[in-house]
Amino acid sequence: MAEMIFAGFGGQGVMSMGMMLAYAGMLEGKNVSWIPSYGPEMRGGTANCAVVVTSDEIGSPFVTDPDVVVAMNLPSMDKFEPRLKKGGLLIYNSSLIEREGGRDDIEVIGIPANEIASELGNSRVANMVVMGALLAKTGVAKPESVKDALRKVLPAHRHDLLPVNEQAMERGAEYVSKDR
Amino acid sequence: MAKQLMKGNEAIGEAAIRAGCRYFFGYPITPQNEVPEYMARRLPEVGGVFLQAESEVSAINMVYGAAGAGARVMTSSSSPGISLKQEGISYIAGSELPCVIINIIRGGPGLGGIQPAQSDYFQATKGGGHGDYRLFVFAPASVQEMVDLIMEAFDIADYYRNPVMVLGDGTLGQMMEPVEFKEPKKRDLPPKDWATTGAKGRKRNIINSLSLVAEQLEEHNWKLQKKYQHMKEHEQRWELYKCDDAELVLAAFGTTARIVKSVVNQLREQGIKAGLLRPITIFPFPDKAFAQLPDTVKAFLTVEMNTGQMVEDVRLAVNGKQPVHFFGRTGGIVPTPAEIIAKAKEIMGGVR
Amino acid sequence: MKVVFQRPTALTERQTHYCPGCTHGIIHRLVAEAIDELGVLDKAVGVASVGCSVLAYEYFNCDMQQAAHGRAPAVATGIKRVHPNNIVFTYQGDGDLASIGMAEIVHAAARGEKITVIFVNNAIYGMTGGQMAPTTLVGQKTTTSPYGRQAEHCGYPVRISELLATLQGAAYVTRVSVHDVPNIRKAKRAILKAFEVQQKGLGFSIVEVISTCPTNWGMTPLEALKWAKENMLEYYPLGEFRTPEEVK
Ligand SMILES: Cc1ncc(C[n+]2csc(CCOP(=O)(O)OP(=O)(O)O)c2C)c(N)n1
Ligand code: SF4
Repeated sequence: MAEMIFAGFGGQGVMSMGMMLAYAGMLEGKNVSWIPSYGPEMRGGTANCAVVVTSDEIGSPFVTDPDVVVAMNLPSMDKFEPRLKKGGLLIYNSSLIEREGGRDDIEVIGIPANEIASELGNSRVANMVVMGALLAKTGVAKPESVKDALRKVLPAHRHDLLPVNEQAMERGAEYVSKDR
Repeated sequence: MAKQLMKGNEAIGEAAIRAGCRYFFGYPITPQNEVPEYMARRLPEVGGVFLQAESEVSAINMVYGAAGAGARVMTSSSSPGISLKQEGISYIAGSELPCVIINIIRGGPGLGGIQPAQSDYFQATKGGGHGDYRLFVFAPASVQEMVDLIMEAFDIADYYRNPVMVLGDGTLGQMMEPVEFKEPKKRDLPPKDWATTGAKGRKRNIINSLSLVAEQLEEHNWKLQKKYQHMKEHEQRWELYKCDDAELVLAAFGTTARIVKSVVNQLREQGIKAGLLRPITIFPFPDKAFAQLPDTVKAFLTVEMNTGQMVEDVRLAVNGKQPVHFFGRTGGIVPTPAEIIAKAKEIMGGVR
Repeated sequence: MKVVFQRPTALTERQTHYCPGCTHGIIHRLVAEAIDELGVLDKAVGVASVGCSVLAYEYFNCDMQQAAHGRAPAVATGIKRVHPNNIVFTYQGDGDLASIGMAEIVHAAARGEKITVIFVNNAIYGMTGGQMAPTTLVGQKTTTSPYGRQAEHCGYPVRISELLATLQGAAYVTRVSVHDVPNIRKAKRAILKAFEVQQKGLGFSIVEVISTCPTNWGMTPLEALKWAKENMLEYYPLGEFRTPEEVK
């Protein structure tokens, strides 16, 4: 069972990252739920979503003590790092966040998602870089399932974006396996 | 059919369309906007009509007209908008017209907030507008259940000639879960020979809630009550979870019930025999469920996202046999498992 | 050092929540400058409506009431009848005023209610995320007119100023725009005039302001200003539709 929070500012793709993972979980026959934060704070402010992927029945879809937090900007890291379960995993976007994690009872991984995305020539796939890292670290879903999910969620006329998204995931996975 | 990952509000729209709803009248309000937005996109594709009314007052009266004309029709809103609809809902109930009304509840009173709440329980289950009427009210706890119940709701509305309300909250409307659209059990429905379709070849039909002769109005009221009584006898629905040997039964509906389900498991890990009683219909309230509980039950704890509304129905059902406690958060705050567990332990005398 | 530009005293120090480039902020400032220039801050009572400007009570530095969706003119009527010497104004969007609040605005105008209405027409519902408004242009795509507004399905956009100008109680009715600096200046003069009409007890006054919603129009702020100028002004011509002799 994995309870996860994805957070960042609007436009960083944190909502779709969570949705894609939920979709992938569903394709693997697991129970999944995705809850967005909603409201006026979405305008330019921070956004987050809570995702549960499990083979058991999902009781509460709310995530109060996450196993995994993905923080794409500093306010998100400040807000959600303290809520992580002991032994949980914090993945943060080190392109935008200078401080390192402040807890020693969790695993912390910084990944320069924006730099890697820019190297791939599309700054918008920073979220998928992090996705690749997350999958490699946790195995919560197979990369193939996320790729299938992408194919289903992206409208046909945007399928030219599939390769760069897949590369982004691969680069993210490589980054966390070579570094550790 | 394969499962789809769908947002609650969009699933509401799709479920209605699959149930044969072809008319939707609504007005924007957060957190249910995806319902009218989905209907605006989808209804024209299936030959239906989506119309954005100038207000909720107008929307519900469009529903009155369409329902009286014999159509399967739905409207949806959130708390402040549902308050505005109450006059129309009273007329619809009085005129015995079938329709489905969705309330994706947000925190109140007044303009309140937009975060999830369950503070419209009284309004939904005790009538809501003026006069002595009841809605049939479902309180689903997941996107799948919401879809199943909405698909059935249209049949129930037609069967009883009564408005059916489906209560959700901001979370249920906004969250995504896998859903499957399954054919619901069909009911035998009488033809809508009362509808205003044009009186060609038959005696004319009148849709009306005016009744100036007191005796006749009283008679009409008794007729309505008979209908509600029938619902109470035949339509109560609930879920019991781990209640077989329970000492503490937690009662909760909708989203809150899902949190409580997790709480029940955590309490059991900590040695407290807890169970969940989850009403699925909240009118008729499932008082029959209480008769099925074992003798081991020592106390009840009702958990709601309000300051204590369903707890009154729980107290009536328990009828003083055991103490009924309450825990609630309100204004858009979702209770956490930890605080519910703390309350449960306080009731059961700490960890054993 | 000489101060050449500062916050009007009729605005609080609170930073607004409006999206970057939204013209609600400009209109707030114009209303506040007018209140300052007339020296009526301690007599002003504002009514915030339901829309993006719902938090206007945080921004205007005078007494404020927050009204239910569409009901601001009724609330303002209540205030004005209790305190006839106060300056009472509402600040309403097009969904609030021209859709759900159509009855209240028409009757406040018909009664010649001595209040001032600031009516922000951005052709869309901003707050709720971009649904069709009664002022949405034919063909304009919104989330509830995904195929573009079709006249045969939901009719034509409402021209509120023209409509209210037919009512005898509506003393001052004008439409202005804030898409460029000369027009912003004109808008300011119109708001001043509207308050003067109220001060002189001449009747109901309304200033319709053509405004932008870059967020829900899906444009940059600059594109939005250009779009307002090129598309809205043709259907919503600027000018005074009714002006009392006393302020001509
Ligand atoms: C009775 C009721 N219905 C609906 C709403 C939801 N609602 C909030 S703002 C709004 C429309 C806002 O549009 P507009 O008046 O054009 O102002 P803008 O946000 O564009 O400035 C609506 C429908 C509400 N708060 N109350
Ligand atoms: S949503 Fe539109 S009207 Fe509202 S603050 Fe943003 S730009 Fe302005």
